[in-house]
Amino acid sequence: MGNMPFVVSMILVGLGFLALITRRNLIKLTIGISVIEMGVNLFLVSLGYVKGGIAPIYTYAPPGFKEMVFPTPQALTLTAIVIGLATTALMLAFAVVIYRHRGTLDAGKIRELKG
Amino acid sequence: MVHAPVLAIAVPLLGAFALPLLARLNRRARDLWAAGIAVATLVFGIAVAVQVFASGRPLVYTLGAPSPTASVTEGGFPIRIVLVVDALGAYMGIIALLAGAVGLFYSFQYLVEEEGKTLGTSLLLLLWAGILGLVYTGDLFNFFVFLEITSIAACALIGYRVWEPRPPEAAFKTMVMYTLGGLLVLVSVGILYGEYDALNIAYLSKLITGTLLDKLALGLLLGGLLMKAGAVPAHMWAPDAYGEAPAMAAIVLVANTQAAIYALLRVVFTLFGGALASPGIGWLIASLGTVTVLVAVLMAVVQRHLGRLVAYGAVSQLGYMLLAVGVGVVAAGKGFGEVALKGGIFHMINDLASVGLLFLVVGAIRRAVGSVDLLSLGGLGHTLRWESGFFLLGALALAGIPPLNGFASKFLIYESTFKASPILAAVAVLSSILLLGVGVRAFHGIFLGPKTRDVASSPRGMLVAMGVLAVIIVVFGLFPGFFIERMVSPAVQAILGGRASYLAAVLGG
Repeated sequence: MGNMPFVVSMILVGLGFLALITRRNLIKLTIGISVIEMGVNLFLVSLGYVKGGIAPIYTYAPPGFKEMVFPTPQALTLTAIVIGLATTALMLAFAVVIYRHRGTLDAGKIRELKG
Repeated sequence: MVHAPVLAIAVPLLGAFALPLLARLNRRARDLWAAGIAVATLVFGIAVAVQVFASGRPLVYTLGAPSPTASVTEGGFPIRIVLVVDALGAYMGIIALLAGAVGLFYSFQYLVEEEGKTLGTSLLLLLWAGILGLVYTGDLFNFFVFLEITSIAACALIGYRVWEPRPPEAAFKTMVMYTLGGLLVLVSVGILYGEYDALNIAYLSKLITGTLLDKLALGLLLGGLLMKAGAVPAHMWAPDAYGEAPAMAAIVLVANTQAAIYALLRVVFTLFGGALASPGIGWLIASLGTVTVLVAVLMAVVQRHLGRLVAYGAVSQLGYMLLAVGVGVVAAGKGFGEVALKGGIFHMINDLASVGLLFLVVGAIRRAVGSVDLLSLGGLGHTLRWESGFFLLGALALAGIPPLNGFASKFLIYESTFKASPILAAVAVLSSILLLGVGVRAFHGIFLGPKTRDVASSPRGMLVAMGVLAVIIVVFGLFPGFFIERMVSPAVQAILGGRASYLAAVLGG
């Protein structure tokens, strides 16, 4: 097991980059960004995983517990998820506006997005 | 005024979100609210700067502690979020305050009610809060959060004119680059957290030893910040963004880009200052800066769209700052390294004044004529007298013509770069000369020649906003020594020798 979660999260990041490089559709670009975000979030969550650890609530802790999880990575991940949602929403909104102007979502046909 | 650092961030944040609610009630109340928020933010921000410059020590504010001045550590382990403002942060804060205040003042008469004035003002306040947070924070994760706040607010402002086809496209492109840059920063934050269990910049700086993972984290941070700053090869978004954004947003975007440079200095000199400061990174940054200058100036020559022409000018000035930072890293500990950093840091405020002034003039032209195509403009100098004077002043300052402010800072950069590498210095000087040609040609094309149309002059509020920047250009050009001594030198000292006092201020002892 060991490093498996990190490997998986980095594979997700790589897949997202692949989508960004190879796809031209604005919606698919947004999905690519989202996949990278999820990969990074998974990376943060797996950083905070403690085997056999319990939630850090002292009043609910069972007697004889060994390890509590430091909740910072979870808090970071929640924040990152919220930020990711805002980013995705804004990008999709722009995609809608661009489609209304140009009638296409193909980045290759839109002059501004070339290069 | 103990709470000034957190209030300087919280007040514009509250202002931004309350503004649309107030606009539902009454437009007059909304304008008064925005003005009040701007004044309050200025007061708190200046109070922070005065405290830092007067005491000469970093100002630490601990959130969630019994007393805001209580040290962050209990048993040597930082558990709370801190805001840390040293002289560099205070200096960058002043730049952000200037940009935000001028932009807001300009926007009162620039934005049109039917085109979403409420939302534009609201986003501008949000961007302002984000930049101030980015500059004042002493915590790596909050740094990421504020980075994303600025990204989202900035992209929404770039795409403000949704009824035109190009702004949303520029905004989408910028969003992709900003988000990627932000995610690189987040991965790097994750790596550092996984390695050292800490997010506090001062505490991390103490622990970092220079392992392979540290180097990876440094590389990711530099990559993310250079993307955010718009350096070559990640510069493609910058001219579109500056060119399509409304004028009052463009000037704050310049401050946003400079905040990325500030973060670069913070990362290289404070966070990794103990273990990983190597000349190699300096050469990398300096050569990227020089390429950025050259590419941007050459692209500026061929532009027809006035907004994009000024935008390439803005990108080229960013290159000068990177060049200075790079030389500063290469020659850390030598005399001319300090001169380079002085030049680069002084150039930030000069760049904001000159490029900002040009953007505001472009906005005024767009408002008066409705077009910024160089081929269709001409003879505007007969009616837009003030604007033509401001444009010429801004263009000359941008090219670094004495006695304006651009010369004062660029001269320091040339002088120090020449000692590090004459070739880089020659490219930098040559680019400035080209930039002069571009500026004068644009001035000639827009304002001179026979009068072709009747246009109304800009409202007084917009002229006053431009006038403030023009005064800064002239005053900083005539008396550079005064400002270098009072503000720039402390900021440079905070980078070069201030790491120990930064760490001591946060961690105690």
